[in-house]
Amino acid sequence: MKLNEITQKLNLHQFTNQEIGSDDEASLAYCSDMLSCVMTGAGHHSIWVTLQAHQNIVAVAALLELTAIIITENALPDEATIHKANQEGIKLMGTSEKNFEVCGKLWEIGLRSS
Amino acid sequence: MKTYRADLHLHTVLSPCADIAMIPPVIIDEAVSSGIHILAVTDHNHTANIQSVQRAARGYDLTILAGMELQTAEDIHLLCIFDTMDQASALQEIVDHLLPAILNKPDYFGEQFIVDETGDFIRSEDRLLLNSTALTLQSAMEHIHALNGLAIPAHVDRQAYGLLPALGFFPADLHYDAIEIFKHSDPSSITSLPSYPAGVSVLKNSDAHFPKDIHGACCYCIEHPTIEEIRKAFKGEDGRYIKHVQRN
Repeated sequence: MKLNEITQKLNLHQFTNQEIGSDDEASLAYCSDMLSCVMTGAGHHSIWVTLQAHQNIVAVAALLELTAIIITENALPDEATIHKANQEGIKLMGTSEKNFEVCGKLWEIGLRSS
Repeated sequence: MKTYRADLHLHTVLSPCADIAMIPPVIIDEAVSSGIHILAVTDHNHTANIQSVQRAARGYDLTILAGMELQTAEDIHLLCIFDTMDQASALQEIVDHLLPAILNKPDYFGEQFIVDETGDFIRSEDRLLLNSTALTLQSAMEHIHALNGLAIPAHVDRQAYGLLPALGFFPADLHYDAIEIFKHSDPSSITSLPSYPAGVSVLKNSDAHFPKDIHGACCYCIEHPTIEEIRKAFKGEDGRYIKHVQRN
């Protein structure tokens, strides 16, 4: 599914300032707040759902070439994290909803576990 | 130069998970009989029992450093160690504002007792201490360094509250004074990691929750039992160094 469509359907906002193109898409998603689990569990080009907003999430996402990170519960990445994400080409999306709700919605629109 | 056996990570009855026997005189007895000369009291997010342990240590050749095991926003345990109670109290003030006001349930988590130097009950701490503050690891380290303290991520390789499971690797832009590993781990399992910050000392402490667990796993060859000297030992400066020792 196109990331644009996911963004629209889940009413996400973007912290980073990257253009979301037609080749930005994902069919898989992974949810955890333990980065060591993400490193071993999330597949390439997945969407990662987490309430963590610190800088290491960008490095993990870059390592795994994830499509985007959805940061939940209004957690705010700081300037340095957003800057690093822009440099690495990682899209940081935000929502007030909780991990569970976001995962439920991703599942509903057809994404599956990575 | 003198050799000081040290344990820089230890809990009292203020930590909900610590045994009820972890009162100042018992801690001092156990430390003295283990040949320990430097002890840091590091309860979860709190400093209220440090002075009682310091008073109980009077008359012994034992320095009690003022510490805390702070829980960061990322669920990481960070040892914060100072020379004086004033410095620890300054950190406590920051933590008090950033620790959620969730009450402890002693039946689930355990009691959180503040005691005097004999171990007699003064009061219970109501707030649950085994909880994350709103301080990120980076900002916590900055606060500690501004107060001239040591910032040491605790049991980095432990699944619960360790830096490595939480963050996946050591962020390169943090200023680690040292890295504590789980007491049963091999230091080379950490120093061989690609993200290991080269040159940072790896040490072990007891993380004692029971008197019998108190153990000085590291010796510090330093001039005085102070933070400045310990920091030099971590860096290997001016002939100061640390060495791992076996259990007595």
